[in-house]
Amino acid sequence: MFALDVQQLTKVYRGGFQALKGVDLQVQEGDFFALLGPNGAGKSTFIGIVSSLVNKTAGRVSVFGRDLDRDPQGVKSCIGLVPQEFNFNLFLPVIEVVLNQAGYYGIPRAVAKVRAERYLRQLDLWDRRDTEMRRLSGGLKRRLMIARALVHEPRLLILDEPTAGVDIEIRRSMWSFLRELNAQGTTIILTTHYLEEAESLCRNIAIIDGGEIAERTSLAILLNRLHTETFVLNLKGRVSELPELGGFVLQALDDCTLEVEMNRDHTINGLFEALSRNGIEVISLRNKQNRLERLFLELVDRRGLEVRA
Amino acid sequence: MSTRLDDWRRYWVTFQTILGKEVLRFSRIWVQTILPSVITTTLYFVIFGRLIGDRIGPMDGFDYLDFIVPGLVLMGVITNAYSNVVSSFYSSKFSRYIEELLVSPAPNWIILAGYVAGGVMRGLTVGVAVMLVAMFFTEIRIHDPLTMLLIGVMTATLFSLGGFINAVYANSFDDISIVPTFVLTPLTYLGGVFYSIELLPEFWQTVSLANPVLYMVNAFRQGLLGVSDIPLGLAFGMILACILVLAVYSLSLLRRGVGIKT
Repeated sequence: MFALDVQQLTKVYRGGFQALKGVDLQVQEGDFFALLGPNGAGKSTFIGIVSSLVNKTAGRVSVFGRDLDRDPQGVKSCIGLVPQEFNFNLFLPVIEVVLNQAGYYGIPRAVAKVRAERYLRQLDLWDRRDTEMRRLSGGLKRRLMIARALVHEPRLLILDEPTAGVDIEIRRSMWSFLRELNAQGTTIILTTHYLEEAESLCRNIAIIDGGEIAERTSLAILLNRLHTETFVLNLKGRVSELPELGGFVLQALDDCTLEVEMNRDHTINGLFEALSRNGIEVISLRNKQNRLERLFLELVDRRGLEVRA
Repeated sequence: MSTRLDDWRRYWVTFQTILGKEVLRFSRIWVQTILPSVITTTLYFVIFGRLIGDRIGPMDGFDYLDFIVPGLVLMGVITNAYSNVVSSFYSSKFSRYIEELLVSPAPNWIILAGYVAGGVMRGLTVGVAVMLVAMFFTEIRIHDPLTMLLIGVMTATLFSLGGFINAVYANSFDDISIVPTFVLTPLTYLGGVFYSIELLPEFWQTVSLANPVLYMVNAFRQGLLGVSDIPLGLAFGMILACILVLAVYSLSLLRRGVGIKT
């Protein structure tokens, strides 16, 4: 069964701007799915329609087989939404925000209290349960939005830029929490500007651009399309002259740093053998650019050229 | 498989949650929400009742002070029921936490009922407080408590619905004060709070009949003192009709997502 099945989804805003142009998209139950796209591509409109915050102009949305038009309450009860913007009553304490949300879903207070404690503990917020929202940092607010979205135990969790403005440590802990949640069976759809985040977490991916799906595939297939990859090497000693490394394209960034472009025929082992033969020792190596980021930019640029042509 | 009974249980929890949140909100800031009306009406009693009232003489067979009590109580009910819903719902739109409700499976009529019940609770709380102040200044004996209670609840319901509609259309905090200042206050003051419409020339008596507040004030006065310029049945019918119209309109606004969805 599809967790989300969207067909010909169209949104025209008052004033005539067409944010979505007949989008078709299916997300399998249990998937960890990334929805990527440049600013203004239609991601938030798409999520807004699925989560009933935006009225659609045309098309069909179905969540776990329930149709949004015929059974909106059934659809809503399956979805947990973590929106991009903070949307709290800033004068309420943390615990009240979560308990109220449970109440809106019709969950009795006693059950809600147990769940609120569970999720607030898991997200390291339990000690802050009596703190007013306005006194929380941005990272804590983001974590609270996840706890709030989970209190009714949705089968589909939609996260719109969940780690925007969050420091690395909190981001990593949120990733690990989301991985665990997905492993327990919750389908997750994620939009993010951190492509490293999508690459690290998601199995399948769609790129939306100009209100249309530009790409819909698995992350593995998408990454396989990369023909070349560039690595930056930090060297132990200085290199005054660029060595010939038989097929590897080299560029010196400074005396102690080299940039190497590798194609699919090359191996890391081969590179290191060639470097050793030339007496070059490497302290560390890193990918110059996030692989998904590169593909993303290529796709969006290509589409831009096609549209202009 | 969920049953109808499960649905109703869930709706009841949702309703309680919205109502509880609303009551907590106005209770936490009682100095801003409850106290001002009590102070204002105390001043009315002192100035219009004690200082000026004695010179005005009796009205409809009652001391002027006793005559204005029902109107002053109802004025507190009206303004507080209205302002509770308009400010609470608009704040939830402004700070976007209305989205917490919009993404939930709460039906529109439960959302409306929760906010309206919150407004009714604040209206009645202020009404009771003003009544207690009135009892300090007068020796009124309540003529018909049931009529008084019914009219109080219905009036609070009607103006809570009005506040809700105002909040849906409001785009700024200025928009939520325009209606209370330019519509609600004139309607209340011209609704027979301080006088019997029998004092007016015939033409203005007829014009006054178009003011719904007149029906409420008079029906409430019937409950409290046993006198009214308007037949009680007509007053009940008028208030009920207004409630129905505003409730249907409010639900239609929610269904279409006016002011809350794009």
